[in-house]
Amino acid sequence: MAAPSMFFLLATVAVAAALGMLIARNPVSSALWLVLNLFCIAGLYLTLNASFIGVIQILVYAGAIMVLFLFVIMLLNLSALPELEEIEWASIGGFAVGLVLLSQLLYMVALQFELGVDPVGAEAAAEVGSAASLGEILFTRYALHLQVAGVLLLAATVGAVLLAQRRFQ
Amino acid sequence: MDVAPNWYLALSAVLFTIGTFGVLFRRNAIVVLMSVELMLNAVNLTLVTFSQSMGDPSGQMLVFFSIAVAAAEAAVGLAIVIAIFRSKVTVDITEIHLFKH
Repeated sequence: MAAPSMFFLLATVAVAAALGMLIARNPVSSALWLVLNLFCIAGLYLTLNASFIGVIQILVYAGAIMVLFLFVIMLLNLSALPELEEIEWASIGGFAVGLVLLSQLLYMVALQFELGVDPVGAEAAAEVGSAASLGEILFTRYALHLQVAGVLLLAATVGAVLLAQRRFQ
Repeated sequence: MDVAPNWYLALSAVLFTIGTFGVLFRRNAIVVLMSVELMLNAVNLTLVTFSQSMGDPSGQMLVFFSIAVAAAEAAVGLAIVIAIFRSKVTVDITEIHLFKH
């Protein structure tokens, strides 16, 4: 299933969509580029045989969260911000920080560190990533965590409603 | 799997860096929040890669909860953006300096 051509296609589109999100001036275009990027990452999860997380990614991220973003953008009726005239020193510093971060991360990946365990095969990986095995562990070992996540989402919902009603001075 | 996990980790690093650039350079607060979502996704990709190559489902549970927290973060963050927009009529983060007096 995880053919290299599939991976490189999805990875290229994901990086291109992320760059499109970064560059697009209109916030709606940025949001749509990000949706494409999230779909590509969901496809990458499927190439890793993580079917449950892939479906959750599409349902929650590309579905719910991005609809929330687009809804707020349309609610606020935003237009593109005016462009900056001059290049500031802070931008150059930020660019340097980003490049240092990227080189550090890629250096760590290029070190070819050992995982400590042998990589499992495709069938075992598909079994681990299936909804059945993840659901079993979610409702036994991580049952308390699930309850806490539910309380967190409730608190966030109440907090979001209260915040959106409030007027800052 | 045929593709080595390192390729997934390298892709994740690139996506994380693009998200960092978005946070550092974009002035629209909503696009900054979207860049944070991109960074969270890059980290999730790393977690799923390790979880699948080690055959341990705990990493994917962490991704599951991370997605739930990202949803909460997006809801609260966008509510703050709406609240600020109602009083200042802008989402330009260089114009928003409530604490600077």
